[in-house]
Amino acid sequence: MTQMRPITSAILPLRLEGASYAVGDKPLLSDISLIVKPGRRLVVLGANGAGKSLLLRLCHGLIAPTAGRCIWADGSSRPTAQAMVFQRPVLLRRSVAANLDYPLALRGLSRLSRRDMVARTLARFGLDPLADQPARLLSGGEQQRLALARAWTMTPEVLFLDEPTSALDPSATRMIEEMIESFSAEGITIVLTTHNLGQARRLAEDVAFLHRGQLIEHRPAADFFAGPQAPEARAYLAGDLIW
Amino acid sequence: MDGPFTTALGLILAADPALMQIIGLSLRVTLTAVLVACAIGLPLGAALALARFPGRGAVIVLFNALMGLPPVVAGLIVYLMLSRSGPLGDLALLFTPEAMILAQTVLILPIVVSLTRSVVADIWDEYREHLQSLGASRLRAVPTLLWDGRVSLLTGVLAGFGRASAEVGAVLIVGGNIAGHTRTMTTAITLETSRGNLGLAVALGIILLSLTLTLNAVAWGAGQWARGRLG
Repeated sequence: MTQMRPITSAILPLRLEGASYAVGDKPLLSDISLIVKPGRRLVVLGANGAGKSLLLRLCHGLIAPTAGRCIWADGSSRPTAQAMVFQRPVLLRRSVAANLDYPLALRGLSRLSRRDMVARTLARFGLDPLADQPARLLSGGEQQRLALARAWTMTPEVLFLDEPTSALDPSATRMIEEMIESFSAEGITIVLTTHNLGQARRLAEDVAFLHRGQLIEHRPAADFFAGPQAPEARAYLAGDLIW
Repeated sequence: MDGPFTTALGLILAADPALMQIIGLSLRVTLTAVLVACAIGLPLGAALALARFPGRGAVIVLFNALMGLPPVVAGLIVYLMLSRSGPLGDLALLFTPEAMILAQTVLILPIVVSLTRSVVADIWDEYREHLQSLGASRLRAVPTLLWDGRVSLLTGVLAGFGRASAEVGAVLIVGGNIAGHTRTMTTAITLETSRGNLGLAVALGIILLSLTLTLNAVAWGAGQWARGRLG
């Protein structure tokens, strides 16, 4: 079922130019310039409150920058070929299959092509036995698996994941990471925030490090983990060693 | 002479035609009023939950306050509107079952609107980012939120049904309690009790109580089932 998708993307790269987000006069993201390159796995790191989730929401178009711009390569303000998975999966009070069907119906797909896509998705992610179960009664790991599967049905070119495994046990985390890797292998661009540095090392090709709403470093992961230049990033990684 | 309870049981067991006619009319009036109130109140309540406009707070307070509207006052308002000299006088609806439906709709609507608003607002809080992420507009979110709130909404609809089936004042004023035409269970109980005809009154009381009990049992059972089934 796994098809390679071309790395070329119609909507990427996404360029943030001096993007800021403030609530009142309190800046939460300041002057962020960043390019999300197609086909890469970008991991956003930073302490609590550094602005990681906000950066993802800004990229995904859930919030608008109060200054600066987010520019998609296709020129549209918010392309549809993107999806986001939240820390706590938001599942509708419906069956697993109905949860997969919903975004497709929103996009106006015909009943027939929806049924086909839902069946393919259930099969691909091993959700067949759960198809008729109420989604909200699944275990945490199953719920997040469903949330990722649902994102996949939307054939995104870029997938944003906001701490997708922070509430999961190690085996569920492993399964979710495998899903993310398989998406990446299909050519889906990944932008992920995490507090789990092991996960960051496993998944990251690029790292963006945020500190108090500012982008301090944005480099290939190997360089970053070999020795970050900024003292804040060094301290953050050192914290990892202590804990 | 038999006591009222014996007479009542006799009437119920014999499916007395006058009794059946009253029950049938009551159910028709109240169920229609519930349907109309839902058709207006569910979308209106959801819109109040999602929309932001000046005066929204005042509208919410108004609907909350109207939940406590005394039925006689609702009846009086509808009476004034439908009376010969009122704005809807030409329709000649006064003292018809349709007038009673209208009066009961006025009573039920605030309950449906207020409850829908609070249920939908809670689910919207939870779903907002996700629906926004999927590209659903607020308008498109309304049916989604109503459907996902269906279990809680059922409670509100039943509360509305309960209020309408139990009230006397509104239907008495706008219906006129005309035998065979606009006489409902509650107005019949009022009249028959004052006439000392306790058998029929008690029979209707028993029916009304059983109806309420059954509905609440069904609602509770449905809620339990749904919680186990839908999470």
